[in-house]
Amino acid sequence: MDASTYIKREASGRIAIKMGSKSERVMTWTVTVLIALTIAAFLFFDYTGLDLSKAIPETFYNLKTMFLEPALSHFTWGQAFYQMGVTLGLAFLSTIFGAIIAFFLALMAASNLSKAWISKTVRVIVAFVRAVPTVLWVLIFAIAAGLGSEAAVLGMLFHSIAYLVKAFSEAFEEVDQGILEALRATGANWWHIVVHAVLPSTFTYLLSWTFLRFEINFAVAVAMGAAAGAGGIGFELFMASGFYFDLREVGMITYMILIFAIVLEILSTKMKERYFPAAAKSAN
Amino acid sequence: MPLLQIKDLGKSYNSDAKVLQGLNFEVESGEFLSIIGPSGAGKSTLLRCINRMVEIDEGKVVFDGQEVGKLNKKELRKVRTNIGMIFQHYNLVPRLSVIENVLHGRFGYKTTIQGVLGRFTEAEKEHAFFLLKKLGIEEHAYKRCDQLSGGQQQRVGIARSLIQEPKIVLCDEPIASLDPNASKVIMDHLKSITQELGITCIVNLHQVEIAKSYSDRIIGLNKGGIVFDGPSYRLHRNHTDQIYGTQTQATPEIRELIMV
Amino acid sequence: MNEKTMKASRKWQTIFFILLIIGMTLASSAITGFNIIHGIATLPKAGAWILSNLMITQESLERLPTILEKLLETILMSIAATTTGTAVAFFLSLMGSKTTGTKKVFGVFARFVASASRNIPVVAWALILLLSFGQNSVTGYLALFVGSVGFLTRAFIESIDEASQSAVEALRATGATYFQIVFKAVVPQCMPQMISWILFMIETNIRNATLVGILTGTGIGYTFDLYYKTLNYNAVALVTFSIILAVIVIELMSNYIRKVII
Ligand SMILES: Nc1ncnc2c1ncn2[C@@H]1O[C@H](COP(=O)(O)OP(=O)(O)O)[C@@H](O)[C@H]1O
Ligand SMILES: [Mg+2]
Repeated sequence: MDASTYIKREASGRIAIKMGSKSERVMTWTVTVLIALTIAAFLFFDYTGLDLSKAIPETFYNLKTMFLEPALSHFTWGQAFYQMGVTLGLAFLSTIFGAIIAFFLALMAASNLSKAWISKTVRVIVAFVRAVPTVLWVLIFAIAAGLGSEAAVLGMLFHSIAYLVKAFSEAFEEVDQGILEALRATGANWWHIVVHAVLPSTFTYLLSWTFLRFEINFAVAVAMGAAAGAGGIGFELFMASGFYFDLREVGMITYMILIFAIVLEILSTKMKERYFPAAAKSAN
Repeated sequence: MPLLQIKDLGKSYNSDAKVLQGLNFEVESGEFLSIIGPSGAGKSTLLRCINRMVEIDEGKVVFDGQEVGKLNKKELRKVRTNIGMIFQHYNLVPRLSVIENVLHGRFGYKTTIQGVLGRFTEAEKEHAFFLLKKLGIEEHAYKRCDQLSGGQQQRVGIARSLIQEPKIVLCDEPIASLDPNASKVIMDHLKSITQELGITCIVNLHQVEIAKSYSDRIIGLNKGGIVFDGPSYRLHRNHTDQIYGTQTQATPEIRELIMV
Repeated sequence: MNEKTMKASRKWQTIFFILLIIGMTLASSAITGFNIIHGIATLPKAGAWILSNLMITQESLERLPTILEKLLETILMSIAATTTGTAVAFFLSLMGSKTTGTKKVFGVFARFVASASRNIPVVAWALILLLSFGQNSVTGYLALFVGSVGFLTRAFIESIDEASQSAVEALRATGATYFQIVFKAVVPQCMPQMISWILFMIETNIRNATLVGILTGTGIGYTFDLYYKTLNYNAVALVTFSIILAVIVIELMSNYIRKVII
């Protein structure tokens, strides 16, 4: 077999089989760097007070107590459901206000409905807002606005808006350009276009995304209760584990949260499958 | 002893309807055999029973002296290395280079670790280039597969099966997605595989004329049963009528349409 | 049914939907004690407070080295949780996907593990693990790890299901082994999407790490909590600002990588 002129060789003289494209190189680099950083992480970790031989069996023992013997002891079922209601209420309020505000911001952020500089400004602000963890927003508002559910809702609102503006504006940008031009040609003003072309063709998307955000906000509301004193079932979870050390109660509360979360997940998956199977995961 | 023996082969997917029933035939080494029949006749199923991509329900398939249905996992893998397969939709890994896709044909000869790490010998790589050159697509060796035309992709598929050094190549409608020019190129290559390398070819086709002009022998399949088996020059209008359904009583116009 | 009644029923549906939303908003406000007027009224006050108190001062900058060290710990923790979570999620998703699944039981098992670890909130994991692992990096790491496994398994299963089945069939026909097929026919097709999900998970984990850190007393979350509780708002501002910077830098890098590989 004679050597072909098309054969490429590596530095070692072996025949290359990869394309050597930029995409391949970037993927290899990304993976290599991530592995190196992982090794660095384990070297860098602070292992104070860690005793794996004790911690692992203890964790399993705790999990067993939690999940096999769940019970409520410091509050009643009625209170439990009331607290769950508070958590759901926080999630609902921040989602609904978030969706309304995000709708208008997304109109400003969508490149086909807005001026380039407005769109850019909104996007930069949104990226900035997204970068601050929700818990920090809630804690900052807790001092700035005084403790209470207002702080929790405002804090959660910020992230909901940032998330939904991104999702909504992407949906708006997919509206058929031809329809928009046809309406413009008939002399329709901007609001007419929004109400008669953009809203009808994207409404189900917006609804699905809003529901998806509600699912996320439920988990966030639990977290805010535990970490930022926002009340609700999350706070009870924090008390049961950090204050009373009552694993059975932790187990029962976890079960309650788990059931609600799974129900919400199933509902939102059903909605996604029904309204937009293809776009379901792109705008995370 | 024939290379391939099919005895009383029967197959059904969902227990109710039989897809293949009571098939019997033998294929000699170096034969070029076409299988024709309407869609749904069971052509693809028959090919997939030969390398046991689908389980065999009844009867047996004996390839190169081994009963395919009785092999364990490891033995089956070994037998499959001797059977190349070519598909209607080429079945390449779209994001990989042409040369990588060709080398995939060597996995059957490698350990899992060698395969996963992509360790190929220089001889294997040179062989891959040799095949690409023979098929006339050497200059595309480092391109992404999905950037090639259909005919070129099918040639990559042929190279992948040839690098297995197979005794037989099974082709499931290899030209059904190609234009006439590309179809001719592919059929010529398949023919030369048999003539130059002595590798047996079984080709599923739905174009009767192409089957007649390329193959030594034709098997006609209808509703999972053989209705014709003989040298291609013996295939006549009345056979194709039988193969392609109940058209004997139908009007001549319809028959004409089917022959096209 | 004629057109008129259809139109009317559509109208009633819309009215019902709007009333439902308003009703739920009122109910939520009542149960949480949220007052929208009060909420809006506090906004200017809150804004003013933020602008006047959350200032990075010379004095707070002296704490920068400590803050950066904690930030680094948090970033590394998030990356480690994501990469190790990826390894587990990868095998679970092989079991869970229709393309690569071998046995039905494994598939059900994989989906169950994924669903449980995803839907039990990260705070619950953090609190549970804190009890046995104590106040150190490993606790935070594990809490993020569990959540990552759950999320990534679901994402990977979707990616693998989307990959074309045909290359798998071709490799099976050549006599390739299961793992040869997985790594040479499935992974090359899913790799860009998987990397994209991994990067997304790292971003999410850095934000979650702050939360987990507050609960478990580790990383940047702990630092934030410390300054917050001692009312050192200048340092709070600096911590917040460094987190913003880190998240944005990482997001820009991920966006670049995504653009190149997809
Ligand atoms: N994987 C499968 N599961 C169930 N039924 C199948 C499957 N593959 C093929 N069939 C059925 O078997 C019959 C024969 O199909 P096939 O072998 O693909 O025919 P051909 O290739 O001749 O068009 C068809 O009725 C088809 O619906
Ligand atoms: Mg077929």
